[in-house]
Amino acid sequence: MRTFSYVRAPDVETALRAVADEPNAKFLGGGTNLVDLMRENVERPDVVVDISRLPLTGVEELPGGGVRIGALVRNSALAAHPLIRTRYPVLSQAILCGASAQLRNMATVGGNLLQRTRCLYFYDGASACNKREPASGCAAIGGFTRNHGVLGVSEHCIATHPSDLCVALAALDAEVEVESTRGTRRIPLTGFHRLPGSTPHVESALEPDELVTAIELPAPITERSRYRKVRDRASYAFALVSVAAALETGGGTVTAARLALGGVAPKPWRAVEAERVLLGAPATEESFRAAADAELAAATAQDGNTFKIELARRTIVATLRDLTSDGSAT
Amino acid sequence: MTRTLPRTSEPAVGKPIDRVDGTAKTTGAARFAAEHPYPGLAHAALVHATISRGRITAIDTTEAAAIPGVVTVLTHHNAPALKPPRKVSPLDLSTMASGTSVAYLNTDEVHWDGQPVAVVVAETLTAAREAAALVKVVYAPMRSTVDFLAEEPNARPQKGNLLMSGSAKKGDAEAALATAPVRVEGRFTTPPHHHNAIEPHATTAVWDGDRLTVHDATQSIDWLRSHLALRFDVPAEGVRVIAPFVGGGFGGKAMIWPGTILTVMAARATGRPVRLLLTREGVYRTVGGRTPSTQRVALGARTDGRLTALVHTSVTYTGRVGGSPEQVTSQSKHVYDAENILVRQNLVELDLISNTSMRAPGDAMGTFALEAAIDELAYELGMDPIELRMRNEPERNPIDGRRFANRNLREAYRLGAERFGWADRTPEPGSMRDGRWLVGMGVATAFHPAWQFLANVTVRLSVDGTVLVRCGFQEMGMGGATAQAQIAADALGVPVESVRVEYGDSTLPLSPAAGGSMQTASVASSVLAACQKLRRKLAKLGPPGETPAAVLARAGVPSLEASVGSDSRLGRLTGQARFLAKLLRDQRRWMRAASGAQFCEVRVDPDTGETRVSRWTAAFDVGRVINAKTAVSQLRGGIVMGIGMALSEETLVDPRTGRIMNPGLGEYHVPVHADIPPIDVAYLDEPDPTMPLGLIGVGEVGITGVAGAIANAVHHATGRRIRDLPITLDKLL
Repeated sequence: MRTFSYVRAPDVETALRAVADEPNAKFLGGGTNLVDLMRENVERPDVVVDISRLPLTGVEELPGGGVRIGALVRNSALAAHPLIRTRYPVLSQAILCGASAQLRNMATVGGNLLQRTRCLYFYDGASACNKREPASGCAAIGGFTRNHGVLGVSEHCIATHPSDLCVALAALDAEVEVESTRGTRRIPLTGFHRLPGSTPHVESALEPDELVTAIELPAPITERSRYRKVRDRASYAFALVSVAAALETGGGTVTAARLALGGVAPKPWRAVEAERVLLGAPATEESFRAAADAELAAATAQDGNTFKIELARRTIVATLRDLTSDGSAT
Repeated sequence: MTRTLPRTSEPAVGKPIDRVDGTAKTTGAARFAAEHPYPGLAHAALVHATISRGRITAIDTTEAAAIPGVVTVLTHHNAPALKPPRKVSPLDLSTMASGTSVAYLNTDEVHWDGQPVAVVVAETLTAAREAAALVKVVYAPMRSTVDFLAEEPNARPQKGNLLMSGSAKKGDAEAALATAPVRVEGRFTTPPHHHNAIEPHATTAVWDGDRLTVHDATQSIDWLRSHLALRFDVPAEGVRVIAPFVGGGFGGKAMIWPGTILTVMAARATGRPVRLLLTREGVYRTVGGRTPSTQRVALGARTDGRLTALVHTSVTYTGRVGGSPEQVTSQSKHVYDAENILVRQNLVELDLISNTSMRAPGDAMGTFALEAAIDELAYELGMDPIELRMRNEPERNPIDGRRFANRNLREAYRLGAERFGWADRTPEPGSMRDGRWLVGMGVATAFHPAWQFLANVTVRLSVDGTVLVRCGFQEMGMGGATAQAQIAADALGVPVESVRVEYGDSTLPLSPAAGGSMQTASVASSVLAACQKLRRKLAKLGPPGETPAAVLARAGVPSLEASVGSDSRLGRLTGQARFLAKLLRDQRRWMRAASGAQFCEVRVDPDTGETRVSRWTAAFDVGRVINAKTAVSQLRGGIVMGIGMALSEETLVDPRTGRIMNPGLGEYHVPVHADIPPIDVAYLDEPDPTMPLGLIGVGEVGITGVAGAIANAVHHATGRRIRDLPITLDKLL
């Protein structure tokens, strides 16, 4: 870790001013990812602005049935919140699948959005990485690619976004509220993260001086939603594949569907192709398979992650099946 | 002749007594190697090479040295000279101690990716680590060989040594195989592993002239003392190694790795006490792990299940700079009564850090392949896998006809099967379910040879009734001191609470390293002998029928002491020679080993292939158990480690570069609590008549057979034979 200066911000305005004319500053929320990366010399900020004391910790019900979540709400608090547990089970489940209890107690919702990839080569200063060091190359291609992407990747970067929480947010049509000294704007979660293309170091639509202040969720299409995470051990491992799904059926037909995938793409992957196939289709395993196939048609794999395409297909089908087989589907 | 002392307390041996150091550890009073404060203590950090082979052409420390608080940056340009390690000799086991043959910071050569090429010493740990990241090294890389699987065709036969043969045969196994009525054959692979002890390797080194004090996380206090004296060219008598608490070793702290040597060097160069606490990454880069293996197992049998042929061959690696061949195929000489046997171990040499011992070296890997193949044969024969094993249970050691010192595997299987409920299993693959989960049950034999080495001990009895046992053995959490206190208490007929054990210090009488499951038996043998001597001395002081303390009090003697072995240079040498002779003699007479039956139940998700272990029962024959709590803990810990080996653990060595890519607990997947089911451990408690008190070490046998049992259970659940560890879900899709 290199030496840096530390600023503690008592309010949002101070925080925003602290980074406004500081090109190499970082906001510190729970520190569960940033501090790790600083220790590994991957993140090397000159200034760390501690925002953990900002009053952005509310979870409020919105008119119309939605929810507004402050950016500094701790993951464990959000997962346990009655509004989230009853209306957005997929979100509560996704959070509880992530990290460990200790990390969830520290990690913030805003920070979770900006989590960085767990690509082994990104973490290793001795390896080429276009994300860490633009134009240095990608050592992951041809290397260990078990936790790499099969959708939305490029020849410059095949890293995945590691979040569980964001996968649920993508399925729930979340919007991100961001603020800077220039004002406030809202970005749909599905547009918040960027695909790597030829600039894998640009990971989100967030400008360097902008701070995530809140997430807003519209009313859910259904309270029947589920998060399924598949990984290499029972706990404390990143997803090989995860599926966030919400499904509403009527008369044996899918009337509304929300589907997002984790562990397979550089961003939380909203499965729009699959949703298109599902809508109006019979709520059967056959339709679920067709939906999965449609979403994964564009998938491309490396030697080490070919299995993810089949695993994603199976996990999508299994999750949708679970959502329709608990007796509540008609 | 000795007389029976009046017993003043219940026998302690066999009881589940709490470990004597438990309170110190749970309250934080116990100081580990990186926790010793010294005035003027400086902190060290390592800079690791990022190529696998080549030369350093330039090294720039300017930026690093400019970080406030940096005391010095040592490189091959300014580091103190280091003597080379000695050639390995059976008369001085400490010659085996060198982790690698590299002259750290005394050469511009790089021999593995991760080799330390500079050491930063600073006033604070943070300054040392910040500066270490700023050392700029330019390399001239050379061609290197780092891809184990690519190198496999170039494997050469492994040479034997005193304790281990590289190959063995009985009859003509390949010919018998060719004509066997029933045959199975498979290629098995296991990946590299790392130990991941909770305490990373750490050293605190303090020089006073030519005298050196070292606190080190070590499994081999005596080896370390001799080795440091040799490398730094000072008298061994002036070197003191202190290591009463070690936070797990599993073989990773048996050899002496560069971190320890460089801390001592940094203290020498700066004239200050220096502490080095390796980062987790540092452990991966500078401490060897378990070699990967490829194995072939071929079995031939008659239709009644009797084995006519057993062929087991292996390929593993050693580093060009060191490492030890492992007994991968060893169990195949001892476990099944095959008419013809062929085992052969082969080696490749790679430009990687030396491989090193890791819990049941060789056997952990070999029992996976052998036990999975036996299960395949059982299915081929349509026979219960336990029945197949019982039909091939030998009367004498299969390879050479030696007698077994103890062999109760039939009884272990009977006990294990009953506790596990093996009779409820329906043999057909995929035939058992729990809801959507596919359920599978598997079984495998555990086997690990038993050893004993030289240990010197003194026992002192005081008039206040207390007993002091002194021996420089090492305690890494196994419960060694507790067990020796129990043994001494019973041998002298005193309550266990009155016995204190001093250990973990090179000023104490010589102990062997903690490894090979032999420490407890080795030390116990000398504790028993010393106690017997003490009782003879006591008998001369007074009549029988009194407590030892009462005898001393009436005779007006404050204390009595008895010793076994001599710690003089000559005493050690003759002791070692005598012991070696006994070892070889014993080895010719008997086959001694721990064994057991591992039973497990797994659940496999039919959609995703996720495999979780849901139940475990193990029944062991480990001779007499000294402490029912700590012995079972060790056996259970071995099983946990085996579950990791079976399902998730793999060190990722990039075959393009030789660089370890997952050097941390985030991406090297040891099992978490949620992966581990309740583990039922049973033992027969049948003393081995040839071992002290009848005890056999329990440190390693627990891990053996575990991966085989799981692979067999996965087959039972799914019908799929996975012969490549770890059994990750992609292999089951």
